[in-house]
Amino acid sequence: MSRILLLQGNQAVVEGAIAAGCRFFGGYPITPSTEVAELLAEKLPQVGGKFIQMEDEIASIGACIGASLAGKKAMTATSGPGFSLKQELLGLACASEIPLVLVNVQRVGPSTGQPTSPSQGDVMQARWGTHGDHWIIALAPTTVPECFTLTQRAYELSEKYRVPVIMLMDEVVGHMRERIDLPDSYEDIAQPMRKQPTCAPEEFKAYATDESLVPAMPAFGSGYRWHVTGLVHDETGFPKGTGAATVAQTDRQYHKIYDNLEDIVEVEEYKLDDAEFAIIAFGGAARTAYDAIDAARAEGLKVGMLRCITVWPFPEQQVKTLASKVQGIMVHELNRGQYVTEVERVVAGVCPVTLFGKYDNEPATPEEMLAEIKKAMGK
Amino acid sequence: MSYAELTEKYFRPGRLPHIWCPGCGHGITTGAIIKAIDGLGLDKNDVAVVSGIGCSSRASGYLDFNTVHSAHGRALPVATGVKLANPELNVIVCTGDGDCTAIGGNHLIHAARRNINVTVVLFNNNIYGMTGGQYSPMTPTGSKASTAPYRTIEQPFNITDLVQAAGATFVARGTTFHTAQLVDLIKKGIQHDGFSFIEVVSACPTSFGRANKCGSPGDMMKWQRDHAVMKLAWDKMDAEKQAEAKAAGKFPIGVLFETNAIKEYTKAYDEVIAIAQGGKK
Repeated sequence: MSRILLLQGNQAVVEGAIAAGCRFFGGYPITPSTEVAELLAEKLPQVGGKFIQMEDEIASIGACIGASLAGKKAMTATSGPGFSLKQELLGLACASEIPLVLVNVQRVGPSTGQPTSPSQGDVMQARWGTHGDHWIIALAPTTVPECFTLTQRAYELSEKYRVPVIMLMDEVVGHMRERIDLPDSYEDIAQPMRKQPTCAPEEFKAYATDESLVPAMPAFGSGYRWHVTGLVHDETGFPKGTGAATVAQTDRQYHKIYDNLEDIVEVEEYKLDDAEFAIIAFGGAARTAYDAIDAARAEGLKVGMLRCITVWPFPEQQVKTLASKVQGIMVHELNRGQYVTEVERVVAGVCPVTLFGKYDNEPATPEEMLAEIKKAMGK
Repeated sequence: MSYAELTEKYFRPGRLPHIWCPGCGHGITTGAIIKAIDGLGLDKNDVAVVSGIGCSSRASGYLDFNTVHSAHGRALPVATGVKLANPELNVIVCTGDGDCTAIGGNHLIHAARRNINVTVVLFNNNIYGMTGGQYSPMTPTGSKASTAPYRTIEQPFNITDLVQAAGATFVARGTTFHTAQLVDLIKKGIQHDGFSFIEVVSACPTSFGRANKCGSPGDMMKWQRDHAVMKLAWDKMDAEKQAEAKAAGKFPIGVLFETNAIKEYTKAYDEVIAIAQGGKK
């Protein structure tokens, strides 16, 4: 049985979070993500979960870190200015490997920018926003149903790899209403949970790992007592000031993600089989491409799209393969050119890469994109 | 229990010696925390100690509980998340004057306002010690600091008044000289069902004492002895006497404020859950 509903992307994120077993939300009001907080304030206590509106954006991710340590799946949600503020503790979550899901419904920036207009100007910040070498996962839904499924996926990845996962939304997807079929009950939905230790508490080393490189994470209060720190630490979890400790921590945290790209990186290929020209896009911006590609094909132009569902880690292999097959790539993003630099780095001149950046508060129309495709293809 | 036995039981093996300078009050304060926990007979598995960044915040790493050495100023948000997610845990925050009253000041007043059952132990040494002696919001006016070579011109917080005004339901002050009382105050704070705040007047002989010619660590302890006034005695003074005492740098110690009239936050939230599950708004 299912429920057919007309929901906003932000609402579908909430349903996905509840379905995935999220039982804690720490947040702060900010447009255009506020619906996530409002709905979770209503729904979390209904399922025995906890909602708290904190005094600021930093505190709200701080509360999520605490709740995650106490064994709950946690979420926070924000937009540009709040995303900037959360970078500090996002770094702590990366450094000490604390699972949580951070929803960033992007708006135009920098600073207060255009609070109710769509943008994808935080895509590089999502990768490199907090200081220092760190590894992170970011997912970008394109449709409302995908907000539901990808939020669950975000929890799956966050728990499995002990890493914060960013739901990199944009205002288009967050506020758009679309038809969605939701199951009547979430009881049968898998509830992935962080690995638990198998040794006795007195033998437990908080950051000792097996071949997965992901340490087990018992909850505070479980009888396994451990130390969490943003300082570089060794497998015991306690600070270690040596260069070797820094290298070991950095490398393990890199490899636990980058040795598993096949599991983590997800893309959609739209009409790429015979494509001579490809669009690379993600999130709300990708919506324009479906129609533009169909229109181009109606005119005999063999165009397709590689849609990055996993935005970070960058779908490097998929883009390399694509570059070897097509005569040109056009990156479409709602900013003045960020993700395109990563595409250019990976394509490395194998085929021409152009940018169709849109940063005038509006998503592109299929007609605009078709014109850009023709221009890029020299047609 | 002797200090050796307490150390054996509550300090993590291999984590000592600590980083604190000779004469620092933080060891006494940390000792008072474990004596309070021991006195209350709390199970180590049921205690979470959350700290921020700075000298005081290193305490969490030495102690054999569920511990977090979070980010500068952010101990209280993390502690709030731990407590709300698992109200069974006894959550204690170790924080310094810079960590708690400057960068973490907003979190402090809001945690107090929520009346969440967290016990904050403020290790107040009036200075940023770890970074080398910069003035903090708790540095007395007219003090020298590495960032105040011509002496400070700012007023320090009266932090106990501030947290009380913000809604804290248990407020106390102790010193590292009056150790038996300090243990008792921390015990009372942990037992209190609501937000409890204990300011510990500590000493930083290295970064504050030398710059301000406070003498030896022993002299700084004597200063605490000579300037702290028991709350009972303080309350017996009339307004004029209290003003004179304050002007002489004296301050009251003991339980300064306590009320049980306000519902604790996680208990109040349990009622929210009951209402939500009852289908009403």
